Amino acid sequence: MIGKRRAWVVVAVAVPMLVVSACSSRNAVNKPHNKSGGGSGGYGYKIAVVTHGGAGDSFWSIVKRGVDQAGKDMGDTVTYQSNGDPQQQSQLIDAAVNANPDGLVVSMANPEALRTSIQNAVKKGIPVITINSGEAQSKEYGALSHIGSDETVAGQAVGTELKKDGVKNAICVIQEAGNVGLEQRCAGVKATLGGSVTNLQVDNNNLQAAQSIIAAKLQSDKSIDGVVTLGAQVAAVAETAIASAGSSAKLVTFDLNATVAKDIESGKMLFAVDQQPYLQGYLAVVMLTQYKANLNVLGGGQPVLTGPNLITKENAAAVLPLAAGGTR
Amino acid sequence: MTAATATADERVAHVGLLRRILLKPEFGALIGAIVIFVFFASQSDVFRSAAGAANWLDVSSVLGLMAVPVALLMIGGHFDLSAGVQTGTAGLATGIMTTYWGLQLYAAWAVSLALMLTIGFINGFLVTRTGLPSFIITLGMFLGLQGLNLGVTKQVTNTVQVENLDLVPGYHALFNILGSTVTIGGAKFQIAIIWWIGFTIVASWILVKTRFGNWIFATGGEPNASKNVGVRTNRTTITLFMMVSFMAWFVGNTQIVRSGTIQAQVGIGQELYYIVAAVIGGCLLTGGYGSAIGASLGALIFGMTEVGIVNLNWNSDWFKLFVGVMLLLAVLANQFVRRFAEQARR
Repeated sequence: MIGKRRAWVVVAVAVPMLVVSACSSRNAVNKPHNKSGGGSGGYGYKIAVVTHGGAGDSFWSIVKRGVDQAGKDMGDTVTYQSNGDPQQQSQLIDAAVNANPDGLVVSMANPEALRTSIQNAVKKGIPVITINSGEAQSKEYGALSHIGSDETVAGQAVGTELKKDGVKNAICVIQEAGNVGLEQRCAGVKATLGGSVTNLQVDNNNLQAAQSIIAAKLQSDKSIDGVVTLGAQVAAVAETAIASAGSSAKLVTFDLNATVAKDIESGKMLFAVDQQPYLQGYLAVVMLTQYKANLNVLGGGQPVLTGPNLITKENAAAVLPLAAGGTR
Repeated sequence: MTAATATADERVAHVGLLRRILLKPEFGALIGAIVIFVFFASQSDVFRSAAGAANWLDVSSVLGLMAVPVALLMIGGHFDLSAGVQTGTAGLATGIMTTYWGLQLYAAWAVSLALMLTIGFINGFLVTRTGLPSFIITLGMFLGLQGLNLGVTKQVTNTVQVENLDLVPGYHALFNILGSTVTIGGAKFQIAIIWWIGFTIVASWILVKTRFGNWIFATGGEPNASKNVGVRTNRTTITLFMMVSFMAWFVGNTQIVRSGTIQAQVGIGQELYYIVAAVIGGCLLTGGYGSAIGASLGALIFGMTEVGIVNLNWNSDWFKLFVGVMLLLAVLANQFVRRFAEQARR
């Protein structure tokens, strides 16, 4: 009896494996991308990166690609860790500092909670660069520089563009409750649009429901003529929602992926705001390396802005393969 | 047997029609669904339109499809906290095998099914073999699959999503089965709604008409006594876990087929909503009591509330609070009705 049961387990596990290994990748529409990087600079520094980005977040996976590539290009040893909980992120920073790295890269979604940890690192003489968020506190905590994109400025850019397109009543779809950056984007849009902007809350982990909720909103207020999504994954379902609700609302999004690039190219979306996350990861490692090796500080310590960079119909085609490769 | 002895035994006592209805586990959810429908339909003309109905039925169907097997599992006395993340695993598996490894679409679909059934089997096997609470076993599976989904997706795609399933040969046939729409009254209804109703009927039939259904109630109600009278409780439990995984396969594939893409974080956190729907539908957390139709009604309540709030143009920041209060009220009403009915019986 038990032997028979074991046999079933073996079959159940082995059959899918066999089928998978027997298949060829000839028919694959997505080809694996070339993962090997450029030559090695051979600086050999130890650089620790600690961010607040969620593990499954497409944005942060691009930042990490930048970090890894810069590590390879510079010949540095980079470690990347992340935790969305401010308390736990500060513990990760403490642990990284204890290992005496040559440089530290931190994203500050909640600066107050990270203050002590970052100041301790500075006191120990470890150069710190903040990325993505926390620009206002970066200098105060003693960081060398900040690399990021101002969310409010990016939102304002979207508002200005939408106003040009004649949008008067827009919804701003927030996919993560309690994310300050997302609220700032919507507030930025509102500041420059001049019309009405209503925030709509959806769940990033249940995009089918998000689609129905966006459609429901569009149906119940026919005067909505603009939809702003704050993540590339939500943008795709918003597009379907606009079609299913029979609405003619114009769609724009923050952040980029291959689907978004494709839809901009075909005219289904107006434009996307890219803050070039790859650069935030890449430049931080390069800057720390150059600081250690040559005491260089880009911009003399002024914040380095990586966005907002608009992806429109004109440049979408060129960006598309890069987005599919996970670097844009 | 005379009428006198029959009335003397409470087990075969005559129970009035009203009381019999009140005693149905899904009764409370039915009343709740009607109340919520009437409320939103009277306030919003979009909600009561065909297009509005297509919307809230869509939200309900995705939740309801999973809530039905989860309810069966709960009646059988167990939880599956990995149910949500399993939908992601199923969709990602199909996506990666077809778009990156070039496997034929239906073959990938089948392999994905085999993979999911294996996961369900492991859940059930570990629960029955170790005797540990299913809460702990499936919590481990939940965390493990979350890491597996992310790790494999990033390894293969370099991003956190699988795209371009719509370019795979044979996609459109599968789309017709899982992701197409049916136009009724000028509104496009998702075909998933039909699947949802179908699966609910099948599950109800299994539960009340078959020997296996009887075994589910027995296993959840009193496992030791059941074992002693010859119910194969282990086999029942394992089958129930595999049914949940089967549905996760169905729902996860519906998701990727509908949009052509799927993300590594899909489904995380949804398992709680499945359980909520099942509980509103009359399932007891202790097992042995509940219904499949009730779970679907619970999902319907949830879907109507989620979309209704948006239709009324209420501030969506408060949405979760509203849902939470609504759920508590539904469960309390459920309990009140049940207690009333049971008192009336005595």
